[in-house]
Amino acid sequence: MDFFSKLIDKMLFNSPNIEEFAPQVMFHIPENGLTKALQIANAPVKSTVTTTWILIVVLGLFSWWATRDLKEEPEAGSVQNVIEALVDSMQGLVRNTMGPGMQKFTPYIGTLMIYLTISNLIGLVPGRDILHLYTPTADLNTTFALAAITFFCIHYFGIKSKGIGTYFKDYFEPMPFMFPLNVIGNLADPMSLAFRLFGNMLGGGVVIMGLLYSVVALGIPGIADLYFTVFAGVLQAFIFTMLTMTYISMEME
Amino acid sequence: MNGDALIQAASAIGAGLAMIAGIGAGIGQGFAAGKGAEAVGKQPEAQGVIVRTMLLGAAVAETTGIYGLVIALILLFANPFV
Repeated sequence: MDFFSKLIDKMLFNSPNIEEFAPQVMFHIPENGLTKALQIANAPVKSTVTTTWILIVVLGLFSWWATRDLKEEPEAGSVQNVIEALVDSMQGLVRNTMGPGMQKFTPYIGTLMIYLTISNLIGLVPGRDILHLYTPTADLNTTFALAAITFFCIHYFGIKSKGIGTYFKDYFEPMPFMFPLNVIGNLADPMSLAFRLFGNMLGGGVVIMGLLYSVVALGIPGIADLYFTVFAGVLQAFIFTMLTMTYISMEME
Repeated sequence: MNGDALIQAASAIGAGLAMIAGIGAGIGQGFAAGKGAEAVGKQPEAQGVIVRTMLLGAAVAETTGIYGLVIALILLFANPFV
């Protein structure tokens, strides 16, 4: 009962602290000639961006370490063996979802999958408040950037495979007056992609877990983390990549 | 009662109302899960593919609920009216 009264206290009587759920400002971009010309002088750099940098470094070092001295026949259970299985399953996923002849998308899809899974699981890192780690996907800027890449891929490869004439003709299918609806539909795809990931990670991983951690620090958050961070995070990463593959292959047909 | 308090109270009520969007997502996900269970009953050997498709469909059905959640979170934590 004590737990619930504390929870109700926290949620209703203390006005929620915005700072707790928002990424912190780490530093400001220094003011000099170049940044002034680009109009980004003194822009705040938040912990989302620095966490992404850390992820890039960690994943880059890991890739370098895993592909060092490659062997023709790796031992069972060695790093190369495990990574080969991972790459193989990525290729299988792309082949099964997008159809044959789409293997060139494996690098993008694989990167998306690995990056999203790792960044959704940042909430599990112990001491992330001290290290200033913040789930990058709980920021609209990250998810919209990824959705923008997907949007570019959809239309670039759509035009490339169908030809520009057929591509624009498809906007007037099945009826000419459907043109505005088709345009809105095409714009809504990346929007829903971005908002789905953002809403899930912010609502589940950051806000609910933040409230739970601030009320009770032992036991219950661990169990809740299994669902809100591990299950939802891996599932949302999978869904983002699956939908990316589906959108691209649908536009190319 | 001053204007700010009124805005805050209305925002809290609005956040609650926005979460009514959860009904639709719940119905959609339940429907997907029910159909998934039915499909596994008919074809137990295709369970892997069915579960994957079901999770994908359930997550897509969840989207409208997530839109409601985003609106509620904006009203509570990043209120544009205050």
